[in-house]
Amino acid sequence: MIERTPILNFLTHVILLIGLALVIFPIWLAFVAATHDLRAVNTAPVELLPGPHLWANMKEAWALSDFGPKFVNTLIVAIGVVVGKVTLACITAFSLVFFNYRGRMLIFWLIFITLMLPLEVRIVPTYAVAANALSPFQVMLDASGLNGLIETLSGIRVALEWNLLNSYTGMILPLVATATGTFLYRQFFLTVPDELVEAARMDGAGPLRFLWDTLIPLSKTNIAALATIMFVYAWNQYLWPLLIITDRANYGMVVVQLSDLVPDQFSTGGGTPTWHLAMAATLMVMLPPIAIVIFMQRWFVRGLINTDK
Amino acid sequence: MRRAYFKTSWIAALLLAPQLLIIFVFFYWPSAQAVYWAFTLEQPWGGGNTWVGFDNFRNILSDPYYWSSVRVSLIYAVAATALAMGMSLILAMFVDRQLAGYKAYRVALIWPYAIAAPAVGLAFRFIFNPNAGIFSYVNTVIPGLWDPTQIGWQAVVTIILAGAWKHVAYSFIFFLAALQSIPRSLTEAAAMDGARPLRRMVDLQLPLLTPTVFFLFVINITDSFTDSFGIVDTLTGGGPFRATDLMVYKIYSDGFRGFDYSGAAAQSIILMVLVMALTFVQFRYVERRVHYT
Repeated sequence: MIERTPILNFLTHVILLIGLALVIFPIWLAFVAATHDLRAVNTAPVELLPGPHLWANMKEAWALSDFGPKFVNTLIVAIGVVVGKVTLACITAFSLVFFNYRGRMLIFWLIFITLMLPLEVRIVPTYAVAANALSPFQVMLDASGLNGLIETLSGIRVALEWNLLNSYTGMILPLVATATGTFLYRQFFLTVPDELVEAARMDGAGPLRFLWDTLIPLSKTNIAALATIMFVYAWNQYLWPLLIITDRANYGMVVVQLSDLVPDQFSTGGGTPTWHLAMAATLMVMLPPIAIVIFMQRWFVRGLINTDK
Repeated sequence: MRRAYFKTSWIAALLLAPQLLIIFVFFYWPSAQAVYWAFTLEQPWGGGNTWVGFDNFRNILSDPYYWSSVRVSLIYAVAATALAMGMSLILAMFVDRQLAGYKAYRVALIWPYAIAAPAVGLAFRFIFNPNAGIFSYVNTVIPGLWDPTQIGWQAVVTIILAGAWKHVAYSFIFFLAALQSIPRSLTEAAAMDGARPLRRMVDLQLPLLTPTVFFLFVINITDSFTDSFGIVDTLTGGGPFRATDLMVYKIYSDGFRGFDYSGAAAQSIILMVLVMALTFVQFRYVERRVHYT
């Protein structure tokens, strides 16, 4: 469209630059704090320009938080969530869309409702389940009287136990138990033309072959979008690992380490707050998901809009 | 609607089973458990739970700390949402004019989406700390004027700013996508009729964005009830003097620090109902009424 609006154009840039400054300023301040030493970062006028200590601070913060194994743990959990989610969502949506059985809508709604309550809201009982993931089945066994029956018959009392505290499985499974991706796939599968299914059946392809040879190649962009969203989601988990991982030395996650770096009475013993280390660690923790989001921007934006989450 | 299906077989059930099993164990069971705990009280010396009816709810609803937690959660939710949405709406509208540098602006406004809440909290704790943050100037002139670690309302302002900052990127992505889906013919017709860019923003784009505004409003409010934990925990720790003790934070501290599972479960139920009501409004009301296409 040809429109001459020099004043408005100038104004647009001014507004956008102000907005950009507001968005970037906090991170800039954190970055600058990470480049100064203890004294400079604690003197009254806040530093606005970077100093020379970035590398030293990052090394010290890395050692202090023992980030090496924690980055590995976080990466394992994030990849576990991504793979689990992408696979589960895909096969669930496939079953819901390409088969016609009774109770399909009921199951759809059962899965759909899980979108309503995020993990944070039901955190206390979910923790109890993580302490013994088989407890639901134990309770059902006891309540149904089946356990009593088994006991009288064989003399053995069934006690199911599967403790998920301090384990990768415990980190990953509850994060996978949402409907987020199922809907992304369902939306896409619904747009796949009937003719494609008919052609596949005509050629004698079973459902699994159709899924593998036709649908998965078609849904590559979906997978990329979902993977990005789930990676960021898993990497940034805080409350859940804070609760179920008490053995931080072996299973700690990077984001949780930040809570130890909060400069308060506990960490500095009333001494000078070590902001430079806290900010250096914050930057390191932020970087991987930011890099992924920027790198995957095109797919990620589309996926986010289609999943509504 | 789809007409062609595969023949129903055990494969369909097998593909469905893992998801159903996982949501049963980690979603439905805990949610039901929360209801059970909310209406029972654990015996202090073991021996199971006794049914206490609405006692847990009565205790909570008569607790002034709970109501102050509800109040500050609502203030936080509304203020952070309004700030984030206002800012992202303005930015999206101007980015959508697609002047030079449009792509750079877009990337720069999207990446904060990837930052974890506790990282935002920690960064803002540094920025607003009274001794070396941006307001340290103020304190050298009048000592003690700015101190979110001591003064309640300043702590609330700080978490609102942090929460709003964190949500700008998310809203921006949706606003920009909605703006870009407005048919070009509409914009051109308006321009032909002599509507200048600013007039088009107010009279054309804004009304067409109403569904997105409502959608984002509900999502942001819901998120601010749940996602705020990380921000509060690293930024204020619920203090000073419980000034920033948001609902989700109180559930955590009552349940896992105070070991009051029943009380925490009752609070969870209230929060669940609140979140579900919001989601319900989202699906029923918003998607039906506000539609222009």
